[in-house]
Amino acid sequence: MAEFNLPKNSRLVEGKTWPKPAGANNLREFRIYRWDPDGESNPRVDTYFVDLDDCGPMILDAIIWIKNRIDPTLTFRRSCREGICGSCAMNIDGTNTLACTKGMDEVSGAIRIYPLPHMPVVKDLVPDLTRFYAQHASIEPWLKTETPAPEKEWRQSPSDREHLDGLYECILCACCSTSCPSYWWNGDRYLGPAALLQAYRWLIDSRDEATGDRLDNLEDPFRLYRCHTIMNCSNACPKGLNPAKAIAEIKKMMVARQV
Amino acid sequence: MSQESSTSLRTPLGRVRGLGAAKSGTDHFWKSRVTAVANVPLTIAFVVIILMLSKRDYAGAVKLVGQPLVAILLLLFIGSATYHMRLGMQVIIEDYVHSEGKKIALLMLNTFFAIAVGLASAYAILKIGFAG
Repeated sequence: MAEFNLPKNSRLVEGKTWPKPAGANNLREFRIYRWDPDGESNPRVDTYFVDLDDCGPMILDAIIWIKNRIDPTLTFRRSCREGICGSCAMNIDGTNTLACTKGMDEVSGAIRIYPLPHMPVVKDLVPDLTRFYAQHASIEPWLKTETPAPEKEWRQSPSDREHLDGLYECILCACCSTSCPSYWWNGDRYLGPAALLQAYRWLIDSRDEATGDRLDNLEDPFRLYRCHTIMNCSNACPKGLNPAKAIAEIKKMMVARQV
Repeated sequence: MSQESSTSLRTPLGRVRGLGAAKSGTDHFWKSRVTAVANVPLTIAFVVIILMLSKRDYAGAVKLVGQPLVAILLLLFIGSATYHMRLGMQVIIEDYVHSEGKKIALLMLNTFFAIAVGLASAYAILKIGFAG
């Protein structure tokens, strides 16, 4: 059966409460998931206090501040700090999102931060996304053509190009896939919203000549049809994209070639 | 494939590709939609018939079910509803039951149950219709 309880070794325990920064009077409480692969202990939730007068406004600013000023062992991924690399995807205040584009003012009370749900944890807020990337690779995200390549570029009309809007912006942060219960229970066989949105990005590309092969590759009760339109993916997407709609469009294409 | 050991040295892409696409699924999806659409008028008809039955005594109820239009509506409802039920329960089993043996046993049971319920109901209606 699907597991609704965490395994014994994964259950959270109360962690350390780190001292408040001296002399600060504009504090914000952070409750952050910690797990160290080198130790034997269960994951814990540590409490930190951030001096807002000394820190930028975004959640990422705050956790960098914590790493620099309080606890250098706090581990997380980050790079561009402007919502284009997808590295700092994590579960903030119960929703998967990017720490760099989520403002502290958008959360009330203590700010709770966990790694993306239902992924193996490498350390602290760093999930293992190996399978997620393999799923993206499996949809073969590149232009496939048989027609000899034109002298210049493959041409596309502006209206055909518009079909890619809302798809090409995906940064593969994994917020959507890891928010999807179907992906939690069947992530080994269901490709998940991110890979399927990417698949649709190539299915709907007017320049691509492998549409049928691509659909064949998705024609599967698990790869595609585990989507039950729960819509967590579209709620979570920090780029405002709609993976659920992309999946529905794939299903429509599947029916269209049969009916 | 879902039970593949996490210590396997198979590459991530190899695992994701697994046994390949089943080349089915759309048929299930489409039939589930078709029966769902059919169930809308048929369920309304079923509820109306049940309400009409509740106001009759046994002989009156038998007479009503024996009428061709009523019997055909009930048979259509039984067919569409049990088929839809089987499709839906199949999805739930595939979603949540991950041990391969248990899953296959439950999928079979699901089919048997839907056929048994459908056939028993149809038999009852036909018996009333033809034998009164």
